[in-house]
Amino acid sequence: MSRLERKSETKMVPVPSHSIVPERDVNKAPILECSHLGIDFGGLTAVNDFNLTVGRTEIAGLIGPNGAGKTTVFNLLTKVYQPTRGTILVDGKDTHGMNTVQVNRAGIARTFQNIRLFDKLSVEDNVKIGLHNQIKYPMWSGIFRLPGYWKKEKLAHESAMELLHIFGMEDLANHRAGSLPYGAQRRLEIVRALASNPSLLLLDEPAAGMNPSETADLMENILKIRDTFHIAIMLIEHDMSLVMGICEGICVLNFGEIIAKGTPSEIQNNPKVIEAYLGSQKKEG
Amino acid sequence: MDFSSLLLGLLDNLIRGLSLGSVYAIIALGYTMVYGIAKMLNFAHGDVIMVGAYVCFFAISTYGLPPVIGILLSMVVCTALGIVIERLAYKPLRQAPSLAVLITAIGVSYFLQNAAQLLWTSSPKVFPSVVPKGNLTLFDGQLSISYLTIVTIVVCVIIMLVLTFFTNSTKMGKAMRACSEDKGAAQLMGIDVNATISITFAIGSALAAVAGVLLCSAYPSLTPTTGSMPGIKAFTAAVFGGIGSIPGALLGGLLLGIIEIFAGSYISTQLSNAIVFGVLIIVLLVKPAGLLGKKIREKV
Amino acid sequence: MTKLRHMKKSTRTSFFTYGLVIVAFLIIQILRGTVGIGSLLEGQLIPICAYIVMAVSLNLVVGISGELSLGHAGFMSVGAFAGCAMANGLQNLVPSEPLRLVIAILFGALMAALAGFLIGIPVLRLNGDYLAIVTLAFGEIIKTILTNLYIGVDANGLQASFVNDTTDLAEGGIALIKGPMGVSNTSARISTFVAGFILVMVALIVVFNLVNSRAGRAIMATRDNRIAAESVGISVTKYKLMAFTVSAALAGAAGTLYGCSQITFSANKFDFNTSILILVFVVLGGLGNMWGSVIAATALTILPEALRQFSDYRMLVYAIVLILVMLATNSPAIRSFFLRIVRGGRNEDGPSRSAKKEAAK
Repeated sequence: MSRLERKSETKMVPVPSHSIVPERDVNKAPILECSHLGIDFGGLTAVNDFNLTVGRTEIAGLIGPNGAGKTTVFNLLTKVYQPTRGTILVDGKDTHGMNTVQVNRAGIARTFQNIRLFDKLSVEDNVKIGLHNQIKYPMWSGIFRLPGYWKKEKLAHESAMELLHIFGMEDLANHRAGSLPYGAQRRLEIVRALASNPSLLLLDEPAAGMNPSETADLMENILKIRDTFHIAIMLIEHDMSLVMGICEGICVLNFGEIIAKGTPSEIQNNPKVIEAYLGSQKKEG
Repeated sequence: MDFSSLLLGLLDNLIRGLSLGSVYAIIALGYTMVYGIAKMLNFAHGDVIMVGAYVCFFAISTYGLPPVIGILLSMVVCTALGIVIERLAYKPLRQAPSLAVLITAIGVSYFLQNAAQLLWTSSPKVFPSVVPKGNLTLFDGQLSISYLTIVTIVVCVIIMLVLTFFTNSTKMGKAMRACSEDKGAAQLMGIDVNATISITFAIGSALAAVAGVLLCSAYPSLTPTTGSMPGIKAFTAAVFGGIGSIPGALLGGLLLGIIEIFAGSYISTQLSNAIVFGVLIIVLLVKPAGLLGKKIREKV
Repeated sequence: MTKLRHMKKSTRTSFFTYGLVIVAFLIIQILRGTVGIGSLLEGQLIPICAYIVMAVSLNLVVGISGELSLGHAGFMSVGAFAGCAMANGLQNLVPSEPLRLVIAILFGALMAALAGFLIGIPVLRLNGDYLAIVTLAFGEIIKTILTNLYIGVDANGLQASFVNDTTDLAEGGIALIKGPMGVSNTSARISTFVAGFILVMVALIVVFNLVNSRAGRAIMATRDNRIAAESVGISVTKYKLMAFTVSAALAGAAGTLYGCSQITFSANKFDFNTSILILVFVVLGGLGNMWGSVIAATALTILPEALRQFSDYRMLVYAIVLILVMLATNSPAIRSFFLRIVRGGRNEDGPSRSAKKEAAK
C-alpha cells in the first residue's frame, strides 16, 4: 500500500476562478469553512470576522502586512489557540471543542514560521513521527519486538523514504534534523506534515530564507504535492512571486480583518490591498 | 463555653501557623528571588539556614555575645557564604543546562551538610532562644502567645515591607527586576548582571540567616540537617505562591505554615507533611503557575 | 540490510550497553568464584543492580521524556513494600525462592506502575519546575503513607490499618508492613546478584526497545517540541504518561530487588535524598545515555564505600567530586582549563569542541 498511489478523482483543470474556490472544486463540499472566526487576547482583537472557504484541491494564499494576524489564523485553525468566536468546519465537521491533536486527525497538518523540527532526532525519525497515526502498533509490540513491530517498522521506513523522495531528501535520512541547512529544514517540515496524511496542509512562510531558485523548486513541489495527494494547501507567504504564481485564491488580511478576497489578478489590482501594503496615497499627496 | 474554647483553639492554631508560616515565608523569599533572577532551584538554600543558625548559636552560647550581635554576625556570614557559593559554583554554569545547575546546587547542599557535620558533629545543639521567654496572655489567660511568635510575625512583616520597597523603588531593585525579565536586554541597558545576581544571592542568604535563627529559637534542636526539611517546605511554599513572585512567597509561606499547624492539630501529626504536600498538588492542578504566578504563553 | 543500516547507531548503542553489563557481570562472577571481591563490594552487588535499574528508569523520564522528576524513590518504595510484603506472604505457598522473587518483583512493578499511572495523570498536566515540585511532593506523600501503614496476614485473611496499628493478628499470622518499622523479611533474603543482573538486562532491553519504537519516537517528539508533536496528532499527555508509568514499573521492580536483599527496611530509606541520588546518576551519566547511567550508578554507589578510608571526610569528598564534575563537564571555561592540563599545555581541541557544543544548542 503506497501512500503515493491515491487515485485521482477528477482531471486537474488549472482554471483560475473568480470565486475563491476553484471551478473544479465547486461541486464538491469544501475542505475548510470558517465563518465569523475571531479571537481576542485580553482586550485586543487579533482576528475578527474571518470568513473563508477553501476547496478540496485548492491552493489558497493568505497574505497581509506583518502583524496582520496571518499566523494567528493558522493557530486558530489548528487550535493552538481556541477561537473566541465563530466556527471552523473541516471536511464538514465542526471542530468546536477539539484540540490540536484532534484537528490533525480531522485532517489539518501544518508547518511553522519558526521551524519546529525534532532537532535531536534523525530526518527519518521526524517523518516517522509524522506517520504516527498512519502506521500504528501497540507499545508492547515495540518493547517485546513482536512480529507486528518488524512489519510496521518496515512499512514506516518505506513510507518515510517515499515521502522524503518528494523533495529528493532520501540521502539525508540518517542526518540529525537540527544539523540540516535552513531550506532543507523547511522542506522536512512539509514532509513531516504530509506524513500525517492531511486533507488540508497549512504552510507558514514556506519560502522564508530561500533563494530564488530554491523558491522556484518549492513552487513546483507545492503543485506536485497538490496533484499527487489531491489535497488543499493554504499558505502564508511574503514572496509575491510564489503567491501570485501558484495560488488560485488569495485572501488579504490587515489588522485582523479580511480586506480582500479573489484571484491573483483581482488582488493585484485591488486598491485596498495596495493601500494596506504601500500606505494611503492621500496622505502622501 | 464549649464554642468559645473551640474558637480560642482555632485562634491559637492560627497564630502558631502564622508564626511558622512567617519562617517559611522568609526562607521562600530567598528561593523565589534567586529563582526569579537566576532561573535556578537553589537546593543549598536550606543549608545556608543551618549555617546561619550555627553561627548564631556559637556567638551566643560559646562567646556569650548578645543575641542581636549573634543575629547580625550570622547574617554577615551567610551573606558572604551566599556570594561565595554563587561565584564558585553557580556563576561558571550560567550558560549550562538547568539540570546541571540543579545537581551542582545539590552538591553544594551535601558539601555544607557534611562540612557542618565535621566541624560541629551531628549531635544536636540546644539552641538558646534569641527572644526572651514568656507569653502574652489574653482572654483571662485562656490564650497565651509567646513573645517569639510575635517577634517572628513582626520580623516577617518588616522584611516583606522592606523588600517590596527595595524591589519597587530602588535602582538596585529595579535592576533585579529587569534582570529577571530579560538578562540580555538588562545588560544592554548598562546593568551589571553578574553583580545583580550576586546581590540577589546575598539578600537571599541574609534572609536565610534570619530564618535559621527564628526557626531554631522555636524548635531548639540544631543539627547539620536542620535546614533540609524547612528548605524543602519553603521551596514548596515558593512554588505554591508562584515561584518568582515576592508576594507569592509570602502568601505561600503563610498558608503552608497555617495548613501544617491545622493539619497537625486537627487531623494527625504524622500525616501533616503529607497533607501539606497534598494541598500543594491540588493548588497547582487548579492554578498551574501557583497562586500569584503568571502563566507564560509559548509563542507559536 | 536496509533495516540494519537505518537503525545502525541506536542498535550499536544498545548492543554496546548490553555487552558492557554482561562483561561486567561475568568478570564479577569469575572473581567471586576465584579470589573473591571482598565483603564490602559483595554486600553492594544487589544495591548496585537496583540503583542501575533506578537510574535507567529515571533516565527514561528525565532524558527521553524530558520531564524532571524529584520523587522517583517513591516508586522504588512502593515496589519494595508491595514486593517484599508479597514475598513474605507467599513464603509458605511458594517454596521456590527464585519463583517467589519473580512473583514479588512482578507484583512490586505492577503496584509501582499503578502508582505511577495515578500520579502521572494529574502531574503531567504541569510543566518544568512545577512538575518537578509535584513529583517531590508525591514522593513525600508516598513516604508518609507507607510509614503509617500496617498490613498483616493471618488465618482470617488480610488485615490493614492506617496511622494506628489496629491489626490484631491471630497466632501464626505475619505482619507484612509494620508502619514506621517498615518491612522485615521474615524468611531468608531472596534477592541474588544473578537476579539483579537479569533485572538490569530486562530494564535496559525494555527501555532501548521502547525508545526505538513508535511509542518511543512519540515520547521524544513531545520532549523536543510539544507543539510540533501535537500538530502531527501525537497526544502529549498520553506519551508522557506512558514513559512515566513504564519508568515507575521498572523502579518498582528495582525496589523489590533491593527490599528483598535487606533484613529490614523502612520508608525513610526511600526519601527525597534517594530520589536526588538517582537523579545525580542520571545527570552525571548523561541525559538519555543509558550506559552512562549504568556506569554512573555503579561508580557512585561504590565511591562512598571506596572512600571509607577517609571515614568522616568521605561524604565531603563525594560532594566536592560532584561539584567539580558538574563544573568540569558544563562550564566552557573550566572544561578548556582541564583539557589544557590533560594535553600538557597544547590546547587545540578545547575551544572548538566547546564552541561546537554551544552551536549545537
